[in-house]
Amino acid sequence: MDNREIILTVDDIHKKYGNTEVLRGISFEVRKGDTKVFIGSSGTGKSTLLRCINQLTIPDSGKIWLHDEEVTHSQKSINYFRQKIGMVFQNFNLFDHLSAVRNVEIALIKVRKMPKKEAREKAMEELRRVGLEPQANLYPAELSGGQAQRVSIARALAMEPDIMLFDEPTSALDPELTGEVLAVMKDLSKNGMTMLVVTHEMGFACSVANEIIFMEQGKILESGPPEQLVRNPRYDRTKQFLFKLGELYGDIGRSQ
Amino acid sequence: MTDTLQLIASNLPFILKGSLVTLRLVFSALGLGFILGLFLAVGQVYAPKPFPRIISLYVWFFRGIPNLVLLFLFYFGLFPLLGLDFTPLMIAIIAFGLRSSAYQSQIFRGCIRSLGSGQMMAARSLGMTNIQAIKSIILPQALRIAIPGWSNEYPILLTDSAVSYAIGVMEILTRGSLTVSRTYQPMPIYLTCAVIFILLNYGGMKILHHVENRVRIPGFGNTEM
Repeated sequence: MDNREIILTVDDIHKKYGNTEVLRGISFEVRKGDTKVFIGSSGTGKSTLLRCINQLTIPDSGKIWLHDEEVTHSQKSINYFRQKIGMVFQNFNLFDHLSAVRNVEIALIKVRKMPKKEAREKAMEELRRVGLEPQANLYPAELSGGQAQRVSIARALAMEPDIMLFDEPTSALDPELTGEVLAVMKDLSKNGMTMLVVTHEMGFACSVANEIIFMEQGKILESGPPEQLVRNPRYDRTKQFLFKLGELYGDIGRSQ
Repeated sequence: MTDTLQLIASNLPFILKGSLVTLRLVFSALGLGFILGLFLAVGQVYAPKPFPRIISLYVWFFRGIPNLVLLFLFYFGLFPLLGLDFTPLMIAIIAFGLRSSAYQSQIFRGCIRSLGSGQMMAARSLGMTNIQAIKSIILPQALRIAIPGWSNEYPILLTDSAVSYAIGVMEILTRGSLTVSRTYQPMPIYLTCAVIFILLNYGGMKILHHVENRVRIPGFGNTEM
């Protein structure tokens, strides 16, 4: 029996864009310290699902709880929940007019109302954690893609979230830069951060995730620990998808 | 030749005093247009349903009326009708300011749109409210991008301001015309007016370039690397 605290509950989420049903009833639970990796072909709603969790996209129906507070239809401001749900985007979305350290501290100052000096210290600490203290005063355009993504991770971490959402964090990076971002994420996971990750980096998934969730056409087709899902998928569709990934990236089951 | 120079020299102080009025008119109208234009642009992009439509009507109205017609409408029509006893200068500032706000709003709107939705999404994902995100993330970027296009508003308003001659604002052209009617020397006097306008234009653009350089951020917006 798993008695770790449940951090996030997603219950029967549906989302339509026009006539296209992007999410068709997604449910799962996330416990403290979990790292869940979502895979599946593009257009199956993985990113939409993440955005529904922090309400950047409002689901049509279904419920989401953070701990025992309902995020959907909440009396509390959504900004209260968003502070506890960190998000990292495929395209980094760093604030281009702010230096790295200002990117990290701005929400501390504006949202958390932290005194500037304290916010600066906290921001530097987060940059140190992702190995970018020397780059603190550089602007986003002066950073490599990998550095930019690490800053955006630091920016999300500074808010001390209960859970981190990663939406294809390495898809815009070349292979060399991908490594440095994955290393930071691995470290986070090891240190007990609760994480949901949309990625096709199966090496990362197999070594870090405690569950891989395969999504197909807006539903969870199957999920399980990496060994089981990768070695022994239940459905042909999963096998087929993993085979395609394997063709692209080499034998994923053995890559770690 | 010396006669002409003497004529200009003796009337220059009188005309130059008008440049202070012109500058007051131009900067007040620019300021009014800036503040209003910013709100209009933000409203047009982010406000809920009926507002964007209302704002585009406003823009359509003030861009569609020639400035002289607008000036007459305000000076002879609207303000007397409302029983408001404003000086011609005040009326000109309001008319030019409203008109400029319509143009400025479209400059700002374009710059806000050019930012892409990712910036807003990232700001909101950190728990910022819409207003916090607009103030701390969207506008600081949009305004920097806006500077080169916005710089056009200064020479446009400066040259347009001469139209306020028609309602008797004591600016450069009005003072020039008064001088001509006294001296019967249109060419040297109007040339003097033209030179003053050109110099004011030059000075203003210098200041704007300076501002543009001051707020420059590496690798961001319309900056030379």
